[in-house]
Amino acid sequence: MKHVLRYVRPFFGKMMLGFTFKFGGTIMDLFLPMLLSTIIDDIVPTGNRRNIYLAGLLMLVCSVLAIAGNITANRMAARVARDTTEKIRNDLFARISYLSARQLDAFTVPSLESRLTSDTYNIHQMVGMVQRLGVRAPCLLIGGVVITFLMEPVLTLVLIAVMPFIAVSVYLVTKRGIPLFNDQQVATDGMTRIVRENAQGIRIIKALGKEGAERDRFDDANRTLNRAEKRAALNMALSSPLMNLFLNFGLVAVIFVGALRVNSGLSETGKIIAFTSYFTIILNAVMSVTRIFIMSSRGIASANRIGEVLDTPMDMEPDPAYDAPAAPGSPKIEFDHVTFSYNGVKPDVEDLSFTLMPGQTLGIIGPTGAGKTTVIALLMRQYDVDSGAIRIDGRDVRSMPRDEIAKKFGAAFQNDFLFADTIRTNIDFGRGFSDEELLRAAEYAQASPVLEENGGLDFELAIKGANLSGGQKQRVILSRALAGDPEILVLDDSSSALDYATDARLRLALREHFRSKTTNLIVAQRISSILQSDLILVMEDGRITGRGTHEELLRTCPLYREISDSQMGGALLE
Amino acid sequence: MNRGPKVARPEDVVVGNVSKKKLKVLLRLGKYMFQFRWGYLAALALSVLSNLLSLIGPKLSGRAIDAIGIRTGAVDFDAVIRYCLLMLAAYAVSSVMAYCLQIVMINLSRGIVRRMREDIFAKLMKMKVSYFHVTQTGDIISRISYDIDTINATLSTDLVQIASSVVTVVGSLVMMLSISPRLCLVFAVTVPLSILTTTKMANLFRPLFRARSGKLGELNGYAEECLSGQKTVRAYSEEPVMIERFAGRNKIAADAYFKADYYGTMVGPTVNFINNISLALVSVFGSLLFLAGGISIGDVSSFVLYSRKFSGPINEAANIINELQSAAAAAERVFRLLDEAEESPDVPDAFVFGKDGPVAGQVDAEAVNFGYTPERRVIHDLTLHVKPGMTAAIVGPTGAGKTTIISLLMRFYDPDTGEIRLDGQAIAEANRSSVRRSYTMVLQDTWLFSGTIADNIAYGSPRPVSRAQIEAAARAAGIDSFIRGLPDGYDTILTDEGVNISKGQKQLLTIARAMISDAPVLILDEATSNVDSMTEMRIQSAMTDLMANRTSFVIAHRLSTVRSADVIFVLQHGRVIEQGTHDELMAAGGFYYSLHSAQFVN
Repeated sequence: MKHVLRYVRPFFGKMMLGFTFKFGGTIMDLFLPMLLSTIIDDIVPTGNRRNIYLAGLLMLVCSVLAIAGNITANRMAARVARDTTEKIRNDLFARISYLSARQLDAFTVPSLESRLTSDTYNIHQMVGMVQRLGVRAPCLLIGGVVITFLMEPVLTLVLIAVMPFIAVSVYLVTKRGIPLFNDQQVATDGMTRIVRENAQGIRIIKALGKEGAERDRFDDANRTLNRAEKRAALNMALSSPLMNLFLNFGLVAVIFVGALRVNSGLSETGKIIAFTSYFTIILNAVMSVTRIFIMSSRGIASANRIGEVLDTPMDMEPDPAYDAPAAPGSPKIEFDHVTFSYNGVKPDVEDLSFTLMPGQTLGIIGPTGAGKTTVIALLMRQYDVDSGAIRIDGRDVRSMPRDEIAKKFGAAFQNDFLFADTIRTNIDFGRGFSDEELLRAAEYAQASPVLEENGGLDFELAIKGANLSGGQKQRVILSRALAGDPEILVLDDSSSALDYATDARLRLALREHFRSKTTNLIVAQRISSILQSDLILVMEDGRITGRGTHEELLRTCPLYREISDSQMGGALLE
Repeated sequence: MNRGPKVARPEDVVVGNVSKKKLKVLLRLGKYMFQFRWGYLAALALSVLSNLLSLIGPKLSGRAIDAIGIRTGAVDFDAVIRYCLLMLAAYAVSSVMAYCLQIVMINLSRGIVRRMREDIFAKLMKMKVSYFHVTQTGDIISRISYDIDTINATLSTDLVQIASSVVTVVGSLVMMLSISPRLCLVFAVTVPLSILTTTKMANLFRPLFRARSGKLGELNGYAEECLSGQKTVRAYSEEPVMIERFAGRNKIAADAYFKADYYGTMVGPTVNFINNISLALVSVFGSLLFLAGGISIGDVSSFVLYSRKFSGPINEAANIINELQSAAAAAERVFRLLDEAEESPDVPDAFVFGKDGPVAGQVDAEAVNFGYTPERRVIHDLTLHVKPGMTAAIVGPTGAGKTTIISLLMRFYDPDTGEIRLDGQAIAEANRSSVRRSYTMVLQDTWLFSGTIADNIAYGSPRPVSRAQIEAAARAAGIDSFIRGLPDGYDTILTDEGVNISKGQKQLLTIARAMISDAPVLILDEATSNVDSMTEMRIQSAMTDLMANRTSFVIAHRLSTVRSADVIFVLQHGRVIEQGTHDELMAAGGFYYSLHSAQFVN
């Protein structure tokens, strides 16, 4: 809740102005019955027609002022609600963008998505509603209580005695409501997850004829959500009949106490009659105020979910403790006894050590699950090591700001992402390269035919690049990695969808243009991709089990030889 | 940086004749409600009863006040206590009824919403595969969550409120007519005026509410996209760019919301204004009538009281119109999704594969031409014949149409011309899901759902399978020992971004999933592209087992895997340009030969 307040605070001035308009409009609405009684009680007995017209005209003026005040106030409220929500959503998105990989894993994407969308809508509604109802109701409530108090203080006290009951029940309903609404949002996450999965895996689902099974899975999530929604709604539904009950019982108490007081001559019947009519106003006002509270509980539950993300501390900030001056002639990349585990159970990579001088090329090969991709994730500081150290240019990566690290890299990942945007935007990726640079990168990445076929850099990709084939997508992703001649080029199995002829041309281009200045790190399954590396690491179960050049490994590492034989056809090399 | 509108979708085209369309949306919503008609009747009865009961309250309080009298010391306490008790009872019953009404309404609206979500999802399952390629997942999610929530708000409260208001309006109108038909002429002016204004406004604002729902959907789509590509964004430290782009879209969505609010919130005060005017008119004309001797002053005051009662619900209805507007816009989006083109229905009396004995696995394609769009043909004159148990390889450069052929075989799409047959039966005239059940596949795309590992493997079988069978499949796919090493073993839950599972391991799981199936035709589309050759060798015998006794289609770049195929189809630009065994093709020295040689070029 404190988050919402913080976002609303800058608009306090505007809101006050809006409240003033609303107040004015409300007062004008209240003037009308007064004018009416003036006409009937005071003017009509005099028979003065001119005054009747005059009073009628005055009523018209009040009506115009009321409509103007209310519309202005509503518009201002809408503007504040928009600005608040827009700001919250932007900040939330910014914070999500800077979540570390580990934090993102913990929140999960579907949950973040629904926080960014449905939770922010709830806030929007709450902010708008509080402003629209928040003036009229308290005005009527306070006004009603003040008038009755002036008229008959003792009877008012009877009515006020009911208020604690109302307050307690509002408190209880709201308190119960917040966790229930939270459950509802969590259940929404669950449903979102299944819809996402289905959109992504539709081919496989259809191929396996699992539409029915998926419907069952969705029905489960739908039922869970439905139950959560019902529970939250039923809790809220309790409030209005309960308030009615308390206030009406209070009214009965007023009549009874009134009877006692009239009997002993302390009050008059007329006052009790007036009291009952003011009572209706107070009742309606209290109902509105409670509605604001109750409805806010949904907003608060959402605000808490958003707050959870906003309050997540920045992870992996540069740590001065690791700041040590770099020795001249340091290796470009150095892994120093690195051990790391994703879930803290069993190390995913263990005691890795290697160095790579500027301009050198490192190849990593090894079975599925050996930890190849983990090496890259650690080098780019997506995660921090559990023990040991990783240094770039002699500096511990933990001492370096994230964007400084990122600037050194061009990277193409295993399951890299293309945005529904132009090819230009996808390759440039906000880095502001010239067309010339972009086209050169595309040429090296063997993506020039992709561009020619589709009419150049301005070709709009469909969602997730669906209008390109697998190999074409990979080449656009490679272009992104190669653009701007990065200091360190990371290719994680990024030519798997290329046919051999294209792959061979790619290797040639890489060798010609990215060898002298660029330090390369290539993870591959094809020996041919790493054959010419200065250093090849063979990884198994998170450990390095072979290192050396191609020729050395053929002699020393049986696993490497086996892989090589299987791919190249042993006969060819003998 | 500017991202223009994507592929033009039919829904973006504004269709004429707005009111006809609106009527249709309302009718369809009505159909959902009709399924719950008894619930609605109960709700209506409850609301009328509880309204009547709360009307008794003032009457009783009047009696109690009469019993108090106006003189000191003359209070009839017996009567006062009696009426007070009666009031307590009336209010208590009324509250209980109001609560019951809420319960009924919540169950009703939630029931409808649940059914709508079910319908949407069932629809998604029937949709053409291509729908998911042109639609952002976030937009689908927006429809199934935000839009449906909006509809729910209307269904749960507004409708019953409208219904119970009608009672009040009719009642007070009758009373006013009985007092002075001449004064009622005022309403002959103001009521049509207010109806006209609100409907006019409603029609004017309708596109705004539609835009609001649409823009929010787009924002969701964009959020989904950014979150999916988060890892890439982080690697390039391009967060500021993404944040800026998001802010642009956010602004558009927030403005669309504001615009709807800006005009939408005019309706309430406007109707209130018209009512205020009618109050002023009643006051003036009532007074004039009194002076002319046509009406008593008491009548004027009761007329005013009734006119207040009369305009109250109308005022309320005006506010509800706003909500109805946004509900209609949301419903439109939901229904539009429900109206998307489905996969064409099976022909009547469609052939069902596997009904009369097992499918042998003979696959034939005859002169097939196909394009995803009419302008761009991607498969030209494809003819292939694969006998049961044979292994057919499809090779060719990227973009040659290999995956498209698979989509055609499995009837994700129907050919433009030509025919595809399974066991000699044209699949276009067969039951679609029985065609697909005849295939099992391992794709490059390693899709798994969030559930246990065991569930994911068992997913491949149309029948329930035992844990032992699951473990056997995992062992055969070479992933058993890895699974056992996980803290929860086979019961490990795979989450969305399963960090502890590499892409290669995921692929092994999908292979295990295929192994548990008993479909007669197997498709391996780059099935081992994410698996290193070491692992591939280890699971080779399992793959051989998988392919034994099945007709297999293998797509692979690694030509070593296709070498042993019975027939190899070499594809270029959507045409089969060579076909034969490895040895034949090598001997021919054509395109295949050059592809093969390229493997060893450095």
